[in-house]
Amino acid sequence: MWGLIHKLGSPKWFYQLSATLQPWCWGAAALLLLTGTLWGLVFAPADYQQGNSFRIIYVHVPAAFLAQSVFVFMAGAGLIHLVWKIKMADMAAAAMAPLGAAMTFVALFSGAVWGVPTWGTWWIWDARLTSMLILLFLYIGVIALRGAFARRDSGARAASVLAMVGVINIPIIKYSVDWWYTLHQPASFTLTSRPAMPVSMWLPLLIMVAGFYCFFIALTLMRTRSEILRREAHTQWVQTLVKESR
Amino acid sequence: MPSSDTTPQVAIVSESKAKPRLTVALRATLVRELSRMRRRRGEVLNPLVFYALAISLFPLGISPEADLLTAIAPGLLWVMALFATLLSLDGLFRSDFDDGSLEQMMLSPQPLAALSVTKVAAHWLLTGVPLAVMAPLLGVMLALPLHSYGVLMVSLALGSASLSLIGGIGAALTVGLPRGGVLLSLLVLPLYIPVLIFGSGAVQAAVVGDAVLPHLAMLGALLAAALIFAPWAIAASLRISING
Repeated sequence: MWGLIHKLGSPKWFYQLSATLQPWCWGAAALLLLTGTLWGLVFAPADYQQGNSFRIIYVHVPAAFLAQSVFVFMAGAGLIHLVWKIKMADMAAAAMAPLGAAMTFVALFSGAVWGVPTWGTWWIWDARLTSMLILLFLYIGVIALRGAFARRDSGARAASVLAMVGVINIPIIKYSVDWWYTLHQPASFTLTSRPAMPVSMWLPLLIMVAGFYCFFIALTLMRTRSEILRREAHTQWVQTLVKESR
Repeated sequence: MPSSDTTPQVAIVSESKAKPRLTVALRATLVRELSRMRRRRGEVLNPLVFYALAISLFPLGISPEADLLTAIAPGLLWVMALFATLLSLDGLFRSDFDDGSLEQMMLSPQPLAALSVTKVAAHWLLTGVPLAVMAPLLGVMLALPLHSYGVLMVSLALGSASLSLIGGIGAALTVGLPRGGVLLSLLVLPLYIPVLIFGSGAVQAAVVGDAVLPHLAMLGALLAAALIFAPWAIAASLRISING
C-alpha cells in the first residue's frame, strides 16, 4: 500500500502509468457520452410539462456534479501537497482547477438557457444559482492566486491553502445562501419539483454523469502529463523521452 | 533545605528569560500595533472616510426618497462596511513584511498563529469597531428607523471581527505580491458572503420588527468558526509569503 503511494508521488512512474490508463479513460468517456447523449436526446420520452427543453438536464446536472466534486478533489490534493510535500498532488491540482471552473461555467450557462423556457428568465437569485456563482469566483481566485506568484513553489502552496479554506467555506456559503433565499422571498419556483423521473429518463442521466467523470479523469491525466513534462524538463528521463520521440 | 528551595526558582527564572510567556508577547504585540496605528492616523481614518463618502453617494445615485432608502439601508451599510474593511486589509501585514518585522515574529519562540491573530485583533479594534460606532450616523442619513441602531452596531461589531479574521488569510496570502490589492478582493469577497447575509439580515429583521437573535447567533457561530480555523491559515500563509 505504502509502496504504491510512494510510487504515485514519483512523476516518472505516474507518467508511465497514466500512459496505459489514458486510452481506457478516453474510450470509456467516448462510449458513455455517446450512449448517454443519443439515449437522452433522441430516445428518452419528452417531459409532460417541459417538453423537449428538459433534455438540457443531460448536460446541466453532470456539469454541476463535477463542478462541486472537482473543488473537493482539488482541496484534497492541496492537503496532500501541503502535509506530505508530494509535488504530484500539486501538479494534479493545477491541472484540475481550470476544468472545474469550466464545468461550473457550463452548469451556470446551461442553467440559464434552461431557465428561459421554464421560468421565463435567464437568471433568478435562486439559492442554488447563487452558490454556483460563488463557486465560480472561488475557482477563479485559486487560479489567479497560483498565477500571481513569481516562484511556482510558493504559488502552489498558496493555492493549496486557499483551496482548503474554500472547501471549508463551501458548505457554510451554501447553507447561508439557502437560508437567505428562504428569508427573502417565497419559493416561486423550485428546481426540484419535477415529477419523479421514470427509468427511461434517469438512466441516460446516470450514464451521462459517469461519462462526464470519465472525461474529466482522462482530461486531467492528459493535462497532468503535460504539466509533468513542463516541470521535469531538466531531468534525464524527460530529455531521453524527447530525444527518442524525435 | 534552602538550597534545594532556590535552585528550581533559578531554573524557572532563566527559562522565563529565554522564552517570555505567551501573554506577555501577545500584550506587547497588541501595544505595538496600537502605537503603530497612533502614529499613522491616516491608515485608520481613511477607511472610515471612505465609508461615509461611499454611503453618501447612494442617495445621489439612486434617489433621495426616504422610503426607498429605508428599504436598502441595511444592505448598503453592510456592503460598504465590507468594502471599507477590504480597503484597510492590505495594510494589515504590508509594512511588517517590508521592514522585516514579520520575519522576527516568525523567528520568535511564540507561535506565529497567536501573534498574527493579535495583529488581526488590533485591526478589528481600529477598523471594525469604529465602523460599527459610525454606522448609526450614516443610518440617519439613509432614513433607517431609530429602533434598529442598536442591532446595526452590534451586528457590525460582531461581524467585522469575522471579516478581519477571514480577510487576514487573504492579506497573508497576498502580502508578498507587489500588487496584491485587486487579487486580495477577489480572494476575500466570496468568503465574506455568509457574514454579509446574516449581518444585513439582522438589521433588516430589526427594521421590520422580526426576531433578531437568530441572525446574531449565526454571526457569533461564524466568528467562532473563524477563530478556530483562521489563525492556522494565516500563519501558514505568512510562512508561504515570507519564503516565496
